[in-house]
This record gives sequence, C-alpha cells and structure tokens, in this order.
Amino acid sequence: MAEKGLADKVRETQIWKSIFRHGPPDNARNRAAVVAGNVFLHLHPIKLKKSGVKLGYTWCMGGLTFFIFLALTVTGVLLMFYYRPTAEYAFNDIIALREHVPLGIMREIHRWGAHAMVITVWLHMFRVFMTGSYKPPREFNWGVGVILLVLTLLLSFTGYLLPWDQLAIWAIAVGSNMAKATPFLGHGGPGAMLAQIGDFVMVSDKNDVRFQLLAGRFVGEPALLRFYILHCVFIPLVVGVLIAVHFWRVRKDGGISAPL
Amino acid sequence: MKELINWVADPIRSFPIFSILFFIVMKYYRIVGTKKFAWIFTAIAIPAFFWFMSDPNFFLIITFPDNIPISILIVSILFFTWFTLHKCAINDQRIEDGLGPVEALPENREKVWCWPNLVYTELFTIIAGTVFLIVWAIIFKAPLEEPANPTWAPNPAKAPWYFLGLQEMLVYFDPWMAGVVLPGLVVVGLIAIPYIDTNPKGNGYFTFKERPIAIWGFMFGWLVLWIYLIIVGTFLRGPNWTFYGPFEYWDFHKVVAEYNVNLSEFLWVKWLNTSMPANLIMREMLGIIITALYVFVLPPLIAASDFGKKIIEKSGQIRYYIFITLLLIMMSLPIKMVLRWLFSLKYIVALPEWELNL
Repeated sequence: MAEKGLADKVRETQIWKSIFRHGPPDNARNRAAVVAGNVFLHLHPIKLKKSGVKLGYTWCMGGLTFFIFLALTVTGVLLMFYYRPTAEYAFNDIIALREHVPLGIMREIHRWGAHAMVITVWLHMFRVFMTGSYKPPREFNWGVGVILLVLTLLLSFTGYLLPWDQLAIWAIAVGSNMAKATPFLGHGGPGAMLAQIGDFVMVSDKNDVRFQLLAGRFVGEPALLRFYILHCVFIPLVVGVLIAVHFWRVRKDGGISAPL
Repeated sequence: MKELINWVADPIRSFPIFSILFFIVMKYYRIVGTKKFAWIFTAIAIPAFFWFMSDPNFFLIITFPDNIPISILIVSILFFTWFTLHKCAINDQRIEDGLGPVEALPENREKVWCWPNLVYTELFTIIAGTVFLIVWAIIFKAPLEEPANPTWAPNPAKAPWYFLGLQEMLVYFDPWMAGVVLPGLVVVGLIAIPYIDTNPKGNGYFTFKERPIAIWGFMFGWLVLWIYLIIVGTFLRGPNWTFYGPFEYWDFHKVVAEYNVNLSEFLWVKWLNTSMPANLIMREMLGIIITALYVFVLPPLIAASDFGKKIIEKSGQIRYYIFITLLLIMMSLPIKMVLRWLFSLKYIVALPEWELNL
C-alpha cells in the first residue's frame, strides 16, 4: 500500500471536508461538482464550447473588466478609511495617503485601475461587436452592456473630483458645464427660455440639471459630497446589480457566443 | 521633418489623412491582417516612437501622468484592430473556400470542462492583471496637482481623457450638441444596433465580408470619430484649445486668426449684399432648409438608391429610417468639420437668441 502524502491527509480532515464537499477535480463527477458547488464558480457553466475558452476569441476583456471592478472595490474601501469628502480635508487626506500610509500604492492602484477599466470595457465592446455577439438571442444583454459602459465612465468621472486638486475641479467643471446646455433642462440650453411664465424663469442656474448634479452653481463642497456618494455608493450599487443581470443573461442566452 | 509632422498633425490635414488611412486599412484588411504586415509595422513603429520621444516637447506631453492611460489605449487599439482584421481575414478566406469559420470547426464546437480549462485561464488573467496594476502603481505616481482653487482656471482646462473626444467636438458644435445630444445618441444608437442590424451572419465568429455595412459603420465611429478625436484632444490641444503640433512648444501667446462666419451671414451679407433681416426665422431660413433637407429629405432619397433598397429589402422601412437617421447624425460631425476648414463656416443655423446653434 502506497504511503499517503500530506495533501491526501489534509483532504481527509474534517475541516477540509466541511469546506469542500467533493474530491479533487480529476474526474468528470468532481469537475462538475467543483463548479456547481461553489458560489463564485457557479457563474460558469460546467462545460462549454472550446471556442469560448480561447483567448484569441474572447480576449478575456469582459473578465478583466470585472476583475478590475473588484480590485477597485477593494482598494476603494481601503481608501475610504483615510479620506474625508470635505473641501477642508480632502486634498490633505490624499497627501497623507501618499506620504504617511505604509505601502501607499492603494490610490495608485485605484487611479490607474479606473483608467484601465475604461480601456478594457471599450475593448470588450469592440470584441463583442466584431464577433457579432450582440445578435439574437443576445440583443438585450448588449444593451445592458452599453449601460454598464456608460456607468463605468460615470464612475471614473465622479471619482475624478475626489482628490480635490486643480486637475479634479477643472475637469469636472468642464464636464458639468455641458449639463448646463442640456435642451430644455439646462439654463444655457435651447428650449429653456420657453419655460418662462411672465417674469418667472422655470429653468435657471439655481435649479437646472447642472445644479442638480453639482448641488450648486459651481464645483464646490456640496458637489464634492454629492460626487463622493455617487462614486462610493450609488453607482457601484447600480453597477453591481447590472453586472449580475449581465452575467446571468450571458448564461441564459446560451453562454459565450459561437457559430450557430 | 519635425516641422512637417507638426504641419501634418493639424486636424485640417490629419483628419482627412487618418480617414484615408482608415479606408485603405479596411479596404485591404486581408493584407493588413497578415502577420508579416504586423511585424513590418512594429519594426517601423518602435524606432519611430523612440525618435518621437527624443523631442522634449513630445516627451513632456506623452509622460504627463494622466496621458499614460491613453498611450496604453493607443497601443492596445493598434494591436486589437490588427488582431481582429487578422481573424477576419483568415475566416473570410476560409468561408470563400467553403470551409466555414475557424470557430465552427468540430474541435472548437467540442465541449470542454470548465475546470480546468476556463478556471485556469481566468486565474492566470487575474494574476497577470494584478501584477500589471501593481507594477504600474509602483512606477507611476497617481497624478496630483495643486489644491483646488476655484478662482484660478488652468489653461487648457481639460476633461478626463475619455471625454476629450466630446470636448474636441466643442470646436465644431455647441455644448448642447457636443455634450448632450450627440453623446446621448451614441448611447441610444449603440443600444439600438442589435435591433437595426438584422443580418443573421457573423454571429459568433470573426468576419468582415459577411457584414460589411455594420463593420464599416462601427469602425468609422469608433476609430475615426471617437479615438482619433481623443488623441487630438489629448496631445494636440494646448492653451485656449489651440492646435499645437506634437513637437511644438505650448506657447501661451500663440495667436490663431479665426474668423468663422455663419451661413446666414454668407447668404445675406456676402451673396445678396443686403443687411440681415430682423426676423430670426427669415434670417436663418437657408440653414433651416438645409438642415431639414438633410434630416427629412435625404433619407427617402437614399432609400431610392441601390444602397437603401438593399437595406429596406432586408430589414424593412422602420429599421432603415432609424439606421439612416443615426448614420446621418453621426456623419454630421465630419461634414461640419470639413465645412469649417473649407469655408470657415461657423453655424449652419445660428440662433444664439434661443441658444440654438447648429
């Protein structure tokens, strides 16, 4: 009888067995069990077409986008421990993150990861388009994906303001000035002057869409708080829900696209 | 040489050149999509890049912290555009030979276990992604400038890089178009793609030949209108959003004479030699007629052409009109750019009284 290795002994302990309810995935039964029995892995089908596994076909850009989203969530939560979204503290907290926090590359990872996510999500859309993967039965999921792409840009855009430096406020000023020109809803846009009764101006710089976005007429402290909440809570929640829908529909629409 | 590149880089010249290059690359994708072409391109591009980097002004703009992601974007887009054309070229040749796309080969249709085939690929991607992010984070500090100062605006004040295509559009359109209507239509148009494009071919494999209209349209919008404009907005726009060549020093006192003229001024002052009518609608009549012709008359005219007939036959009237309207609105950007350069045309319809300039 062959001597049992350490790995085999570990696998026989009660602790191991309580966590992993199946043997090593070296036969068909266990390979199915390992994917189906794990809450994270069960996003995957147990078996899939070979073309859907090849990097040359998928580019893995959607997966990378999701990975970066998770990495940004983790680093973002860590950053929240150190950061206060007020005009008084925001910039100093960012400096402190750089100067005083040990292994202070969390902001770097968060910042560059945000840019990387924009790139990967664009390339993901590019690949999905080029393989015609938006065609039936995946039309709806393509739409969900477009919304997720827009939300990715908005996440990055709202995060841009938080360091509260010159780059931040003026980039947001340029971006939010566009909202001023929204037809009918912005005070500098076409149609806004139609909403005027006598002397009473219904769409003004005190209530138009830019005001709603910035909670003020310029990029000030209320805008910082608003962008902070949007960036850390609101948009990530929406994105999380839509990612769930997106992944669910990938499975329900027949997995990664392949020739019919 | 550097002067020549600076001169060529001006959107007046680089936009047509880039468009023609795009056309050639797409037209001859089977030559571009060969490995030989990729190697020759790389062999030329790498020394050229180092030569570019040797210039202090170019070095300054390319190493500006927030511009690093765009360099990564450009490299990855060059690669993936080539790669997708490469895949399309292989598949299209196979389809012509009656072999069907690579993805449809029996060995690719075969089902494989998720564990280990997919799970391990994902694991390696996660590790590679983590290493990449950490190395990037260690080498390059995240950008941070002086504390926010609402009373002093930097010049140029730029939006985040992924919105610079939109900011560049502000040169040709007013904010209500460039910042709201056109981006809104980009999103709507993207979501509408699967409902407009009824071509059943090319679902689940790379092909160019079997869906030419979809790929030409998408690639033009994506590469020429979106990516090209981001590159211009990032690297070639300096103080006051003035054009600066890649090797040009950002001189804050560079003066560019601009005397853009509205269509109504052309009509009344230049051609008819009278004063501008007081009635706004009368004054802008020509522009309004041209816009209406473009949006309402051109689609039925195109519908009568062979191109239009083919689309209507395949996907029906409603889909055709949505498609052609979105396409015409997309094309209004390059048309407006060319009109600006050729005739210094400012607005086709100029109604600043109503904030309605087109």
